[in-house]
Amino acid sequence: MKHSTRIAVGPVQFRIGSDWAGPIAALGHLYAGYPQDDTRSADATVRLFAARPWRRWLRPSVHIGGDFVVPDALPLPLSMGLLAAEMAMNLQVALGWRRHMLLHASAVARDGRALLMSGESGSGKSTLAALLGERDWRLMGDEFTLIDPASGDALAFPRAISLKNEAIAEVAARVDPARLGPLLAATPKGDIRHLIPRADAIACMHKPARPALLLFPRFGGDVAVERMGEGEAFVRLTEASTNYVALGEAGFAALTRLVRETPSFGISYPDSATGIALVEQLWAEAVK
Amino acid sequence: MSAVQTLIDLLAERRDPASLGPGDWDGVIGIARAEAMLATLACHLEATDLPPHVAALFADQRAAAKVATAQAIWEAEMARRSLDPAGVEFVLLKGTAYAAAELSCAAGRQIGDLDILVPWHDIGRAENLALLDGWEWVKQDAYDDAYYRDHMHELPPLIHASRDRMIDVHHTILPRTHRVTPDALALVGDAIKTPGGFRVLNPADMVCHCAAHLIADGDLQGGLRNLWDFHCLTRDFSAADPGFWTVLGRRAAMHGLGAAVHRAARLARDIYGARLPADWDRHDPTDIWFRRRLLARDDWGRATHFALQQAFYIRSHWLRMPPVMLARHLWTKWRKR
Repeated sequence: MKHSTRIAVGPVQFRIGSDWAGPIAALGHLYAGYPQDDTRSADATVRLFAARPWRRWLRPSVHIGGDFVVPDALPLPLSMGLLAAEMAMNLQVALGWRRHMLLHASAVARDGRALLMSGESGSGKSTLAALLGERDWRLMGDEFTLIDPASGDALAFPRAISLKNEAIAEVAARVDPARLGPLLAATPKGDIRHLIPRADAIACMHKPARPALLLFPRFGGDVAVERMGEGEAFVRLTEASTNYVALGEAGFAALTRLVRETPSFGISYPDSATGIALVEQLWAEAVK
Repeated sequence: MSAVQTLIDLLAERRDPASLGPGDWDGVIGIARAEAMLATLACHLEATDLPPHVAALFADQRAAAKVATAQAIWEAEMARRSLDPAGVEFVLLKGTAYAAAELSCAAGRQIGDLDILVPWHDIGRAENLALLDGWEWVKQDAYDDAYYRDHMHELPPLIHASRDRMIDVHHTILPRTHRVTPDALALVGDAIKTPGGFRVLNPADMVCHCAAHLIADGDLQGGLRNLWDFHCLTRDFSAADPGFWTVLGRRAAMHGLGAAVHRAARLARDIYGARLPADWDRHDPTDIWFRRRLLARDDWGRATHFALQQAFYIRSHWLRMPPVMLARHLWTKWRKR
């Protein structure tokens, strides 16, 4: 393709091609500090392309594709090319990755042990992970966490964090502006701004961490903490996994082990400060 | 050299994987994925020395293919438990059949739907049994439903409500309106049993079906994989039985598939280096269009040669139904858009 780049996030090496220079340059800014190995073959191919040749210039709209294509995925205007790239990368990992069990969950680690947070969009899992990652936690990822079926360890997928709506101002106030991407206003997912993870989080992205705590956060409402049984955590995580079925017995074994060995809680919190305090408190009990 | 050429050279063992540079693997992997052959390639190169990241990806693919194959066989077992007690005898087709019969092309082969063949007189019972046992119609409109029932070689696709897997119940191997009408009764009647107790087509019929699927039906999308099936099947069957090619020739003629099987054999020779007996080792100038269509992928895994794709798409419909019917069908489809 006309423009291309290579990005390694956690264990996944991407090859990204684009009909336009813009999205590649934007990725170049976000991923400049990630390790580069040009001799390494790509695990996943991402394509950002114009459905018709003239749509490169005339009302340019970005279709997402690659190894896996979702037939009815809507294209995005070129001004949201970075979001298209992010969605396309997620799509390839979600549908193609088989080495680990993929959980739709954010994760942070401390002292070699991991806190996993699973929830739907809007649950606050990304914001909590981003904020914890600015404190004395190592950010492992805001979107996907990989579980190694052999060891049971969590592996990081620290892509650029996708901050949404109110979370943008909250996080932007605390970080060096050079670590922020451009503001993508009024996308189908709301306002979006990317945050580059801290250099130390990127430097140790290959280091596994043993899961110690599993949280299912819910943003809004009064403070509540509810211990969750293994069965419920299991079922919720099967729904949060994109490759649980494809992994067969290995996926079942990995997930059973995870919910048996890791205490799980559902938590509600009205604001981030309370959420962080709750997390710290539950963590202190979990690793005691 | 183009990546698609490298891919077929690796499969045909014309090229040593050690000779690939670091930049060569991206295209090979991308195209193999697009052709649903990545796990096939991974199995084919299992014993060779590969760069570490390629080796790791290929190991993932082999493990995933093993799970997928077990799931496909389980789906066949589900069909058996549904149909067998009622005495509806069915024959496994395509990927599931290759896996059940433990044929070499099953190594890493992607299996989509469960394809089974039942005798025409049992098709209604097979459908009722499937509906009783949790399969349901994939939602579609009345025209599509009637189209399948009146003109196709299979029932409208059914999907299992809890396992989310599709089953295609065939009563023959080409559409009823196709210019060629294979002998469906002979296909079922001469089927053989696998050690696991499933019925599959006998070797010559299996190859005929593979060629029919590749050459006579459809627009050659995914053709590299079907041709790989054909290549592995004919290579293994002729190694086990020196008279295989003769039997195949007779059987193909009986089904009206002589031209399709001969063309598939020539393409397997040209693309995967198959060795053919003298009376099969022919040349046909029109093969070049098939070769170009099969190899129409660029290094990013994108389909190329748009006009050629369209031509093969039109050809597939031309073979499938007589012109007046085709016109009416396209008119209806167009109005529904």
